[in-house]
Amino acid sequence: MPFRFEKRLAPTPFMTVAVPVASVALALLFCAVFLALTGRHPLELYMAMAEGALGSAYGLTETTVKAIPLMLCGLGIALAFRMQLWNIGAEGQLYLGALAATWLPLTFPGLPAIVMLPAMVVLGMAAGALWALGPAYLRVKWRVNEIITTLMLNYVGILLVNYFVYGPWRDPKGFNFPLTAQFPPAALLPTFGDTRIHAGLVLALALVALFLVIFRNSRWGYEIKVIGASERAARYAGMDIKRNMFLVMALSGAICGLAGMAEVSGIAGRLQPGLSPGYGYTAIIVAWLARLNPVAIVLVAGLFGVLQVGGYIVQTHGVPASVAAMIQGAILFFVIGGEMFTGYRLVFTGRKGAAATDE
Amino acid sequence: MVMPLITLRGMYKRFPGVLANDNIDLDIYPGEIHALLGENGSGKSTLMCLLSGLYTADGGTIRVDGEEKRFRSPRDAIACGIGMVHQHFKLVEPFTVAENIAMSGRDESFVLSTERMTADIAALGDKYGLEIKPVARVWQLSVGEKQRVEIVRMLYHGSRVLILDEPTAVLTPQEAAELFKTLRWMAADGCAVVFITHKLNEVYELADRVTVLRGGKVTGTLVRGQLDTKKLVWMMVGRDVVSKYERDAVPEGRPVLAVDKAVAFNDMGMYGLKDLSLTVREGEIVGIAGVAGNGQRELAEAVTGLRRVADGTICLYGEDVTNFRPAEMIARGVSYVPEDRLGVGLVPGLTVLENLLLKSYQQPEFAGRWLLDGKAIRARAEKLVREFKIKVSSLDQPVRMLSGGHLQRLLLAREIAEKPRLMVVVYPARGLDVGATEAVHRLLLDLKADKTAILLISEDLDEIMKLADRVGVLYGGRLVGEFPVEEADIERLGLLMAGSGGEGGNADAVQV
Amino acid sequence: MSEQSIVISIFAAAVTAGTPILYAALGELITERAGILNLGVEGIMLVGAVSGFIAAVASGSCWWGLLAAMAAGGAVAFIHGLLTITLRANQVVSGLALTLFGTGLSGYLGKSYIGMPVPQAFKVEPLGPLAHIPFVGPVLFQHDVLVYASYLLVPAMAFFVYRTRPGLILRAVGENPAAADALGYKVFTLRHLYVVAGGMLCGVGGAYLSLAYAPSWLENMTAGRGWIAVALVIFALWNPWRALVGSYLFGGVDALGFNLQVLGVAVPTFFLSMMPYLFTILVLTLLMAKSGGRVVPPGALGLPYDREDR
Repeated sequence: MPFRFEKRLAPTPFMTVAVPVASVALALLFCAVFLALTGRHPLELYMAMAEGALGSAYGLTETTVKAIPLMLCGLGIALAFRMQLWNIGAEGQLYLGALAATWLPLTFPGLPAIVMLPAMVVLGMAAGALWALGPAYLRVKWRVNEIITTLMLNYVGILLVNYFVYGPWRDPKGFNFPLTAQFPPAALLPTFGDTRIHAGLVLALALVALFLVIFRNSRWGYEIKVIGASERAARYAGMDIKRNMFLVMALSGAICGLAGMAEVSGIAGRLQPGLSPGYGYTAIIVAWLARLNPVAIVLVAGLFGVLQVGGYIVQTHGVPASVAAMIQGAILFFVIGGEMFTGYRLVFTGRKGAAATDE
Repeated sequence: MVMPLITLRGMYKRFPGVLANDNIDLDIYPGEIHALLGENGSGKSTLMCLLSGLYTADGGTIRVDGEEKRFRSPRDAIACGIGMVHQHFKLVEPFTVAENIAMSGRDESFVLSTERMTADIAALGDKYGLEIKPVARVWQLSVGEKQRVEIVRMLYHGSRVLILDEPTAVLTPQEAAELFKTLRWMAADGCAVVFITHKLNEVYELADRVTVLRGGKVTGTLVRGQLDTKKLVWMMVGRDVVSKYERDAVPEGRPVLAVDKAVAFNDMGMYGLKDLSLTVREGEIVGIAGVAGNGQRELAEAVTGLRRVADGTICLYGEDVTNFRPAEMIARGVSYVPEDRLGVGLVPGLTVLENLLLKSYQQPEFAGRWLLDGKAIRARAEKLVREFKIKVSSLDQPVRMLSGGHLQRLLLAREIAEKPRLMVVVYPARGLDVGATEAVHRLLLDLKADKTAILLISEDLDEIMKLADRVGVLYGGRLVGEFPVEEADIERLGLLMAGSGGEGGNADAVQV
Repeated sequence: MSEQSIVISIFAAAVTAGTPILYAALGELITERAGILNLGVEGIMLVGAVSGFIAAVASGSCWWGLLAAMAAGGAVAFIHGLLTITLRANQVVSGLALTLFGTGLSGYLGKSYIGMPVPQAFKVEPLGPLAHIPFVGPVLFQHDVLVYASYLLVPAMAFFVYRTRPGLILRAVGENPAAADALGYKVFTLRHLYVVAGGMLCGVGGAYLSLAYAPSWLENMTAGRGWIAVALVIFALWNPWRALVGSYLFGGVDALGFNLQVLGVAVPTFFLSMMPYLFTILVLTLLMAKSGGRVVPPGALGLPYDREDR
């Protein structure tokens, strides 16, 4: 049947909520069909994932733990995406943040927590910012595509961390495992009770509040919005685009760097390879699904935390953990496909138009 | 009686929120030049897009030589010998002229044969007296040359019906005369020529028959002998039109803008402005005429700080502001209504409220050091929308959804609200209907009465004659003539626009 | 090993290491020529690599593997086409989604194949007398059949794009879809076609890794080659010949790193492994700096087309 899309004059509020929800449901259905085709029981698998991630206190804390880096990186990415700066280097910026933060306790293990932790935060953020500023500089100076440069630096950042943990920073007492020495207690972020949920959550939620104000009510947020929507109009309005590119990339990278610092200081207590199972990439989906809205990022990060933990759980059922990544990718597909239906209306153009004119 | 080549019956087309064509009938005969007259938004372009297969009709029948046809794509229309030259040329800029013509697909060989193409095109050009350079890249051509490429392309794939959408809008009067000659030749050759226009003088000059459209409906068809201006205007607009504005004589004030020997480059790295000097005084409208692409954009951008000036100076009230940043120019009271409203002047995806804030978001009335004052911003936006009678459904509606006339009002409202000392306006009435044009013109005259200096850049000579106190002509990046409006006449301006009587021009635009 | 044989082996390794990137770059090139930016190359390559490997194991023939890789590559690329052409989604985001989806999908499908030997890989088959030409022979003509096929593909694609009518229309669709549309070409259909064709080539690039280069399946075995291919298309200025040169340049950097390792040069392997990525940034920067930021991509690249957009 022939059809075309017709622009809606204004998206209805119902559609803006219903479409993403329906999209997620469809994505799960799509994956279920796929899982069934490859010989799994989709419903059992989904139940196991949900059960594992939400069915116990342990599962819930693990989900929260996984959601923290997703939140932080998601916020950083959302900031850059709002200005149409495609920073997809969150993964590398996270690794660099972890690397820089690790340097302090390894070099000055005797510092008190009151100095140690803030200094680690600053170091992690600075390193993430620096890692993002390189691509920002190339973009501003010669219009080098930041998608490619930020992405290439992910590989470089991970290799750099590997170099240190396999090389100069390897713990001599670590039975030759590629790990640094355990951090002194002063370098560990406080946790809630005896759970693994660490103070990174507080930092993330504080940033959510800050970003909410920036995006909604601030001059800077307005500038970012205008530049993102139309660079030419922003120039016309006298906005300093280059300065904002540097600022936005630096802050975006700094927050991703903070995520890395929180991972080493809050979870592992040491630097190790494979520090992140691709948080920096998953966070891209999180940010986009949340429509770059800080509050929605918290919710979507939670949902993706469930998928992440669920992915580990189902490994015990003999299903690879990458099933989580597959579902996440599929959700993004369906959601961006669904966006069309909020802004447009599907109109079938069959014989009806012709029939009306047959005199 | 001759049978019509094309018969349209009950053509019907709806766009979201607009009924563009409402039950339109039209006959087109071989050998005639048929004018489609109507205001912007009257549905004449839409109707022709239906006939050329670009849009699909929601209802109605098309008959070619008496046989009913259904056009699913332009390909079907082209196969019936119907070709259209759109207002925005459908040419691929980085391609050569020959490649663009080869796209038309008459020659269906798999491998392109450049030599044969070139010969064919040259032969066709000779036949209709259309000079054309097959190996030139389209982006290097002038607007008139591009139009010739489009026409030759239509002829190349054997069009019997040639549709031209506002073909003279971008031409000098002399180029237009040249085009008319070509069109008459083609009609004499048995082709049907349909041209879309909103200019009465063109109807008088060229048309054998004219069909007038208003609000998506046909209001009448007249043949050459019956033409009557008053009647045509009524059919087109539905009311009388002002042909001259009453203007108060504003005493000559201090010079506001003084440009001295400015040199600037265009985006291709070639000279956009060459030693251009210009003064605009308080309460004065200086109109700059010229064919698009002769430095209009570069002039407007240089004066507003958006384009670097390589040499020369720009002064505002005697202060040297050469190469100041756009923000500094805005702070000095320079307002700018650019040619590309939705691309530059407004942000299509943002709301009415956000667009009205664009120039004032840093002013203490609306923002502190960090935060915006939402209440004050909304209050002012409401006031502007009311004062300037901008039709919006809500302040939170994306401006993309506004009609052309209201977009322009919104843009002007914001720029005028800045209480400018210098206002730069480029093609302010382009694409607007008569009512909206008048409204825009009145706003500019009010601004003039407030002693604002106005630099009006336009391709519409009537508009310049109606509004300007002094007229200059831009050609090849130079001001090739400047005189009080009383001494300007269309003939003289046209010659200057075409490059006769002044030096400089496109020909010696040098790559640097 | 003599010095000369080391040089030859590095050059020959540059060709084999460059071939998967070349296929992927050609795939992306033809996609971008049609005006669609597909950042999912990395994901498509992975899907191609894993499905090629599985099909080869299942059928016992690397040719079936190749076919499966093309089909799978074309299929996932079609998702991107559906989203960006028909549904007019943001091309950057859709491409990223494709990469993430492809990474997950290939990991899921390939889990039980990790470390498994492939029964029949594409073998080195010296090309008759050509293989004995000094230097040139061992560098260019002692490879597998996929490498030879790429030698034919580059001129064929260059000829197609620049010298044929369908190639002219392809370029027109990428430069100015409205112009092609006004002349009655089916912009949407053509774009879909080239997106799928591009995906199939990226699939071949992936299959080359799992069926000829490695030959085995490893999770994330592309290691950024898909992204390097995307960068290469810019470096190549959308010209197949330049894509060829660029691919071998990257293959060379890759091979050089590996050979330095073998020779025991005292640089940690991690830094040698970084070379292709840093080299990508460097090359792209040099290109942009030299041209003063005026690298001109196909005019409509990344923009959805809507005929009745008003």
